[in-house]
Amino acid sequence: MRGGRVSLDRRPVLRGIDLTVRSGEVVAVLGANGSGKSTLVRALLGLVPLSGGSTLLYGTPPPRFRQWWRIGYVPQRLSVGGGVPSTIREVVASGRIARQSRFRLTGAADAAATTRALEAVGLADRAGDPVQALSGGQQQRVLIARALAGEPDTFVMDEPTAGVDAESQQLLADTLAGLVAQGRTVVLVAHELGPLEPLVTRAVVLRDGCVCHDGAPPKAVGAHALPGHDHVHPHAPEKPAGTLDWRPTS
Amino acid sequence: MIDLLQYDFMQRALIAALLVGLAAPAIGTFIVQRRLALLGDGIGHVALTGVALGFLTGTAPVLTAVVVSVLGAVAIELVRERGRTGGDVALALLFYGGIAGGVLLISLAPGGSNATLMSYLFGSISSVTVQDVWVIAVLAAAVLGVVVVFGRELFVLCQDEEVAKASGLPVRFLSLLIAITAALTVVIAMRVVGLLLVSALMVVPVATGQQLTRGFRSTMLLAMLCGMAATVGGLTSSFYVEVPPGALIVLFALGGFVLALGLGRFVRRSRPQESN
Repeated sequence: MRGGRVSLDRRPVLRGIDLTVRSGEVVAVLGANGSGKSTLVRALLGLVPLSGGSTLLYGTPPPRFRQWWRIGYVPQRLSVGGGVPSTIREVVASGRIARQSRFRLTGAADAAATTRALEAVGLADRAGDPVQALSGGQQQRVLIARALAGEPDTFVMDEPTAGVDAESQQLLADTLAGLVAQGRTVVLVAHELGPLEPLVTRAVVLRDGCVCHDGAPPKAVGAHALPGHDHVHPHAPEKPAGTLDWRPTS
Repeated sequence: MIDLLQYDFMQRALIAALLVGLAAPAIGTFIVQRRLALLGDGIGHVALTGVALGFLTGTAPVLTAVVVSVLGAVAIELVRERGRTGGDVALALLFYGGIAGGVLLISLAPGGSNATLMSYLFGSISSVTVQDVWVIAVLAAAVLGVVVVFGRELFVLCQDEEVAKASGLPVRFLSLLIAITAALTVVIAMRVVGLLLVSALMVVPVATGQQLTRGFRSTMLLAMLCGMAATVGGLTSSFYVEVPPGALIVLFALGGFVLALGLGRFVRRSRPQESN
């Protein structure tokens, strides 16, 4: 990502961020509350409009990007909507949407992928239960299963560990380990890494909307903190379009 | 039941009631999920201007109502998309404009008065013509077609708009599709329960369904069942007791909701492992 700027309500949230995520990396975006972590990953996917710079998904700007099935986005929390119940299986199966075509019925491959995803997060036996009845940790597992069901190359997870019990955290770590072993790319926002720490290959620490550390996962958050603003991405110049890429407009 | 089928007007009314009872809760499930339960009310107000415009210009009120309510629905959706700040006030302005416009235009129409609008405000199912039944059938088929073809995408959209975007779905197109489908539903339900009660058929059966079900699809199917039971039940009862069918239909739907509320409590208590 380069030169990425985002303002929400005229308040700058991200102030010129360069970040390139390469295939197979497990990137943890760390930082204090309000440092812009969530905004960063959402802006990477084009979900939040940029006020400066640009973002590329597999070398394509988001509006022209067509291979959305390659990306599995896990939002911060499950929105339970206007009160219409949905079963766990219905929500997880909806993760297949980017792979389905409008006029074709849900097929056997969709059903099989949904079942695999449910098994991976240990919710297969509760598939018919309404998601509204689940605890926070279980809802998080449903969200991850929804992304898994789409069988993407890259997972983008917004605080998958926030408010999640220890058991669900360990389960998430095991699931991620499996994905990493398959060579999938993972970008995750976290407050604390916890059991995910051994899996993370690269840490990006944000402070006040700037990258203040990019490299090996720090033992303590912010230990290698550099003064933010003019931090230059060490790998960006010589490499081709990465998985997720931000470029400056000027 | 048999004796009322020998009247032509009753046959037409029953077909119309059945179609509306089926279509309104189907799109209503998505609308409730999207927290837009009052969308139908808003469109209903705007549609009144359309009806009056029909009388003024001498065209079929149903056609002008379709055009104006679709335009209104698109306007509402665009206002909603702009953001929450001031959105509800902007919507309110549109609603009042719809009613005031309707009353003003009807007074300009030759021989038109507020009484002309009454049958549209409160419904007049027993006066539906063969042509009305055809219009209702085509529009109901369109609504159900949208639900069948776009159902999966609309489910994702109504659950979480950001996830829909990150799945590559055409979010804006789908949002407008919901609004336009809702507008069509308003027009077909207009003759059955009236513009002021249209939203009840889109919301109340869904609220009834969700008391008893655990899934989205089952809620929708049960809501459609409740919707049909209410419209047909209300219409037939009004044939025997001299009361306006529109009001009776809505009261039947509300009665079903109260029944389901009690039943739902009972069902939930019998499966305690789900309690949060």
